[in-house]
Amino acid sequence: MTTGASTKVSAEPTAVMAVARTKGARRTISGTAAYVVLLAVAAAILLPILYAVLGGFKDNGQLAGNPVALIPDPWVFDNYANVLWGENAPAFWGELFNSVIVAIVAVGITVGCASAAAFVFARIRFRGREAMYTLFVFGLLFPTAVAILPLYVLIRQLGLSGNLLGVALPQAAFGLPLSIVILRPFFRSIPMELEDAARIDGCGSFGFFWRVLLPLSRPALATVSVLAIVTTWNAFILPLVVLNSEDQWTLPLGVMNFASTYSSDAARTLAFTVVSLIPALVFYVIAERHIVGGLTAGSVKG
Amino acid sequence: MFRSQGRESSSGPRLPGKWLTISLFLAPALVVYLVFVIIPIIQAAHFSLYKWNGLGPLEDFIGLANYQVALASEVFWQAVGNNVLVIVLSLLLQIPFSLGLAILLNRRFPGRAIFRLLFFVPYVLSEAITGIVFSLLLQPDALVDSGLKGIGLEGLIQDWLGNTDIVMLTLFVIISWKYFGFHMILLLAGLQGIPREIEEAALIDGAGRRQAFRYVTLPLIGPTLRVSVFLSVIGALQLFDLVWVMTGGGPLTATTTMAVNMFKSGFEEQQMGYGSALAVLLFLCALVVALLYQRFVLRRDIDGAVTAYNG
Repeated sequence: MTTGASTKVSAEPTAVMAVARTKGARRTISGTAAYVVLLAVAAAILLPILYAVLGGFKDNGQLAGNPVALIPDPWVFDNYANVLWGENAPAFWGELFNSVIVAIVAVGITVGCASAAAFVFARIRFRGREAMYTLFVFGLLFPTAVAILPLYVLIRQLGLSGNLLGVALPQAAFGLPLSIVILRPFFRSIPMELEDAARIDGCGSFGFFWRVLLPLSRPALATVSVLAIVTTWNAFILPLVVLNSEDQWTLPLGVMNFASTYSSDAARTLAFTVVSLIPALVFYVIAERHIVGGLTAGSVKG
Repeated sequence: MFRSQGRESSSGPRLPGKWLTISLFLAPALVVYLVFVIIPIIQAAHFSLYKWNGLGPLEDFIGLANYQVALASEVFWQAVGNNVLVIVLSLLLQIPFSLGLAILLNRRFPGRAIFRLLFFVPYVLSEAITGIVFSLLLQPDALVDSGLKGIGLEGLIQDWLGNTDIVMLTLFVIISWKYFGFHMILLLAGLQGIPREIEEAALIDGAGRRQAFRYVTLPLIGPTLRVSVFLSVIGALQLFDLVWVMTGGGPLTATTTMAVNMFKSGFEEQQMGYGSALAVLLFLCALVVALLYQRFVLRRDIDGAVTAYNG
């Protein structure tokens, strides 16, 4: 997200400075109030997460005995050890692996199909183009939930029930609308002159798409991939109906089932949950710019 | 805009080649999209006309009877009520709250980037994980209850997920916890698109801060606000994951949403036909919202909006 507007206004007119100065005293008070509000919200966000992280280092006695004490006393490492290399490690690593597979396949299909389609929608004029584009935009409205019953029937008919592909394919399909909506204006903004030059140099449509358009669109492709990864990673309802055996579960399903299996072992559940949220968190820290930029570009400007 | 309209087609290859290119590039997306999105939605409409358990042949045609049953069912209207409750509360509380935070974060001060980064964290966590963590926090005598006891507010302690009167409100708070950051980020982007000079001009012309906000900032943030409202309504209509993980629609049917009702009918009660009718009704609700949005909001916004992508 570029913040051109806020950096542009460096030379403020002096009149504004004067207005600002007379309101200086009130500003500091409201400034303090603002900090208090922001810190309260920050605490409200951090507290549940911290409670979960630190709760994983407690035993159930500590959790039940003194829930308010955030810091474990003593620190217990068994819960995390169980999840990472102990008793529950096969479940966790297996689910992580499944989530990764689904994400790679789904995102690969989404980005591949969406960029080819967006290329046509952006740069070739033909009858019915807008109608077809609208058909895709329409899909922005409808989440997997609306189609979940027929999807389940379809997946079963295709023999993909209990198969990670049965999750990845519909997930990819539901990712297409947002990807196309983000990619089309970006593809459009690439100057015609480049296309002309590529054609003079002997590129066909595919050559231009592959050698010029895609390399130039790396930022937009990154954004689209990142958004598709987040959606696929957190997807719940589709894996819930398609994946029927434990060794196929993705992380969200795994977490839910772990919590019901170990409903009397809160400490272990917390440890498992925390470990499962780490990949998403790490990914967010790495790709924050693309997630935030993509969502705002997709909905504010699109 | 400045793009010469004729160029796109004239610089393309000759006609037969052009159609070949179009079909080759469009086919993969179209096939995947039709098979896994459009056709299932149409099939839902088809299934909804049958009494069907999802396994045997589709032969017991009953016309619109499933819809009649749905519209006469108490659970259906309770579910609609729950979705409407979340929509109304989101519009009245969550979005104004997000806008307030966006305004705070639109000023420049130390630590701003950290707050922004932090407030968005819940959005990237899955609803399953969010649900499990909050379920544990809200158990009787867990963190929330003990915390209230600790500050002398034991009177406020509730059976957060067990009391049918308040469980929906509990879920709303958690939904807000997860999604306010998303709306805040959208609105913040909208605010940053407003040139500071405009608001400053209003201040110089003698407008108070409140007036400047009401008559200058608010109208200018309008398009973004409407997008935010729209996404919030669509999101609330689809509410499923969090509810399923935390309460499964219960206790009794207290937290059954339209999607939960559909899911239960289809998969737990093996009434695929009836479940599909519920899916179609949910679809129609989303469609009505979308059409209203399209009709009253979108056109106006697109006219005035800068649609260039500059991410």
